[in-house]
Amino acid sequence: MSEQETMNEIKTVSAQETVTEPEAVSTQNTSAEPEKGNETERILKFQIFRYNPRKKGDKPRMVTYEITEAPGMTIFIALNEIREQQDPSIQFDFVCRAGICGSCAMVVNGSPTLACRTLTSKFPDGEIKLLPLPGFELIGDLSVNTGKFMRAMSERVESWIHDQDADKVNYDKLEERMDPDVAEQIYELERCVECGCCVSACATKRMRPDFLSAVGFIRLARYALDPRDKRSDEEFYEILGDDDGVFGCMTLLGCEDYCPKDLPHQTQIAYLRRKMLKVK
Amino acid sequence: MKVIYTDSLVIGGGLAGLRVAIASMQRGYDTIVLSLIPAKRSHSAAAQGGMQASLGACIKGEGDDEDVHFSDTVKGSDWGCDQDVARMFVNTSPKAIRQLSAWGVPWSRVRKGDREVVINGEKVTITEKDEAHGLITSRDFGGTKKWRTCFTSDGTGHTMLYAMDNKAIQMGIPVHERKEAVALIHEDGVCYGAVVRDLITGELIAYVAKTTTIATGGYGRLYSVSTNAVISEGIGNAIALETGIATLGNMEAVQFHPTAIVPVGILTTEGCRGDGGLLLDKDGYRFMPDYEPDKKELASRDVVARRMTEHMRKGKGVPSRYGDHLWLDITLLGRKHIEKNLREVKEICEYFLGIDPVNEYIPVRPTQHYSMGGIRTKATGESPTLKGLFSVGEAACWDMHGFNRLGGNSVAETVVAGMIVGEFVADYCAANPLNVSTSTIEHFIKLEEEKISTLLLREYGENPFELKAQMQKIMMDKVGIFRNGEDLTQAVEQLKILNQRARKIALRNRISSSNPELVEAIRVPKMIKLAQCVAYGALLRTESRGAHAREDYPQRNDRDWLKRTLTTWKDESSDLPEVFYEDLDVMKMEMPPGSRGYGVDNTIHHPDTEKRIKEIEEIKAAHPEADRYEMHDLLNPTPIPEKFKGKNERIGRGFK
Repeated sequence: MSEQETMNEIKTVSAQETVTEPEAVSTQNTSAEPEKGNETERILKFQIFRYNPRKKGDKPRMVTYEITEAPGMTIFIALNEIREQQDPSIQFDFVCRAGICGSCAMVVNGSPTLACRTLTSKFPDGEIKLLPLPGFELIGDLSVNTGKFMRAMSERVESWIHDQDADKVNYDKLEERMDPDVAEQIYELERCVECGCCVSACATKRMRPDFLSAVGFIRLARYALDPRDKRSDEEFYEILGDDDGVFGCMTLLGCEDYCPKDLPHQTQIAYLRRKMLKVK
Repeated sequence: MKVIYTDSLVIGGGLAGLRVAIASMQRGYDTIVLSLIPAKRSHSAAAQGGMQASLGACIKGEGDDEDVHFSDTVKGSDWGCDQDVARMFVNTSPKAIRQLSAWGVPWSRVRKGDREVVINGEKVTITEKDEAHGLITSRDFGGTKKWRTCFTSDGTGHTMLYAMDNKAIQMGIPVHERKEAVALIHEDGVCYGAVVRDLITGELIAYVAKTTTIATGGYGRLYSVSTNAVISEGIGNAIALETGIATLGNMEAVQFHPTAIVPVGILTTEGCRGDGGLLLDKDGYRFMPDYEPDKKELASRDVVARRMTEHMRKGKGVPSRYGDHLWLDITLLGRKHIEKNLREVKEICEYFLGIDPVNEYIPVRPTQHYSMGGIRTKATGESPTLKGLFSVGEAACWDMHGFNRLGGNSVAETVVAGMIVGEFVADYCAANPLNVSTSTIEHFIKLEEEKISTLLLREYGENPFELKAQMQKIMMDKVGIFRNGEDLTQAVEQLKILNQRARKIALRNRISSSNPELVEAIRVPKMIKLAQCVAYGALLRTESRGAHAREDYPQRNDRDWLKRTLTTWKDESSDLPEVFYEDLDVMKMEMPPGSRGYGVDNTIHHPDTEKRIKEIEEIKAAHPEADRYEMHDLLNPTPIPEKFKGKNERIGRGFK
């Protein structure tokens, strides 16, 4: 419980600072040109989900932290500042901090997204609520085990080129040619970073725990498109053709709405369905 | 005590580590990969622009081959590289890229016919040959004679890593995620695995293996601003250093990339300039041609980074609240090109800067980017001093980069070195039984247990986050792009004090399981030691070579410094590493030291250089009939594994 008390202390200290700040803002706004208004400091209020399942007696709760916003501040920068200056126990995952690796997806004010590239200036009232991504095993606080889920997904869809001759290729010789457009189309689908936003935004996944989800569909669509993968439609059907596969999708398209890479989930799900209907 | 046995233990799940794991698994050895994070999130994924391989399929790559790639790489390294390794690398790179193509990387392809490109600020039409249609294409990069950098848009590292990890999954290679190696286990000069901390449960596990391969990437995060991922903290290098037996090579060789965005330091690929982007100053003036009339924006990275800094020092930088910066202008490439080939750059600009690079300039500044230094290895990837310890990729000083790495040569190194070293790892597994006493394993586990319980019990002491920030600031301010004796002396002294303070870290959150503060407390003393290796090595090297630029010693000095820095830390209680050197043998060089062709050549030459040039001329004159392959063997035969000895085919040229 001593930890809880410390939290309250932090909260009180930051709250005092907020009292003096707004006045400073208003005086500056009247004297300086309008753009300068963006540069005045404000206090951000982070409400963060805290729970460490490994700590005896710990209970899930929301804890508020207040910090002074800096120009260009992202949630990555803010969370690190909170960890370094206020609470070193807080857990979260960042790796590339550039929107490339997919480590840091979390629910920001109700929407699953990549925290590293979310600027705090996006939130006009300065209130930011952070929850861990639902649909994944919780490690602690904002950290979830997407890695375990994604490896299982890759094994389930057999996320690799199926070609019995692939290991017999003589690499001294010219590579197999590919149509430049096809290469570009494959890359388009390969841009998925396995962040898990689509899984957490999926209502079907909520109802069907084994639902493959958009991340699995887009992966399969990528291989279905790839001439190097020799799998037949029937073989894809084996993976996809049931209610935990592409026919279970209720087409609510949370995946399409929340994909940080703007991948064409809707089109690909439709493509896979049409492709699967042709089987038998 | 939990002990896990395997044949081939690989620490690090990026491109290099996975490729070694695949090689040892293919040869039938039990293999485990340890990773801090899910393998597909490794920093390899952040490589944007491409991989160098001399396929020569696109029209601007015509005439390219291993020899041209070799010459670019050696020049780029400022003659600091190991030429045997560079030769093995250039010969194997075309095979590596073709293998990755078979494993699923959707490399961008040659499209026959006319296309418009931007060269030297001008729109030019080039015509691709019909017969090259559908082969892997390439783009221009800095410091290269030909367009050699193969790519998938600007997500090359991502597609390579996905293909590699998918291959590893197909082969059933286990990746133990969220595991951190905190010490190596060794006995009588042989390495037998690592003590590993589970980052979720906090449990210490001994992974005992015949071979241990460190593939943990670079040490960019010794600096407060770096393009590197936050996990690139050099811990793999540090645990090798802490054995007191393994050596680190050329730690002072640190690369600064010309174009990271200001202030956060996220990279925009060299492909921006390769595809025709320009660097402009506060007046919108294109300044690079004034400094480097020949290569301009596409001079080697160290050169461009220094020229940018010089130009800003003349007052030509764009002032901002984060200090001066310059502009990267890619607007001339047009929306279509940017949205297809530079889309990650576009996304980064939109999200982090709130600008659209199709219409607006990108604020950039040279920023720490790559660690040429690392665990010193032989050409086989094995430590010359600690048997059974291998290292590969950015973590290693295999030494194909010397003092400056070319853009596109790093992802290439990961997969090529992974292929080559992977074979030597498997050879070692075949030749050596696992023979280590359990008391040794227990001893190493106990040591780490004691360290952690001391940390958890100490009531008062230093804050690890503060120590790290202070170290990063020292490295930024005093061990940067331009260096001098005074700053470096201060850095060395200040880091010594941090080293002492880091022995008294205390925690606020004293639990042994999942605990970010404890992770920091374990890492920070290791990072400070590495920072000391970098700073001390930089202070002692009184010359300028590649990325190591001394204002007080501006000349490249082959006479006294054509050698590799080696660093060890034998005595745990000492507050400085031991530094010594190994000579590079000019008389064995296929390409003796010469000028890189930038600025004024003020090199102090090695006495052997002239001798070797003459010798090469004589060898060439004596063998007028020798083709280029026979000539390598005459000049400097290199030990390429049998598997990769074949000649590489090119369009319009066959195997010649």
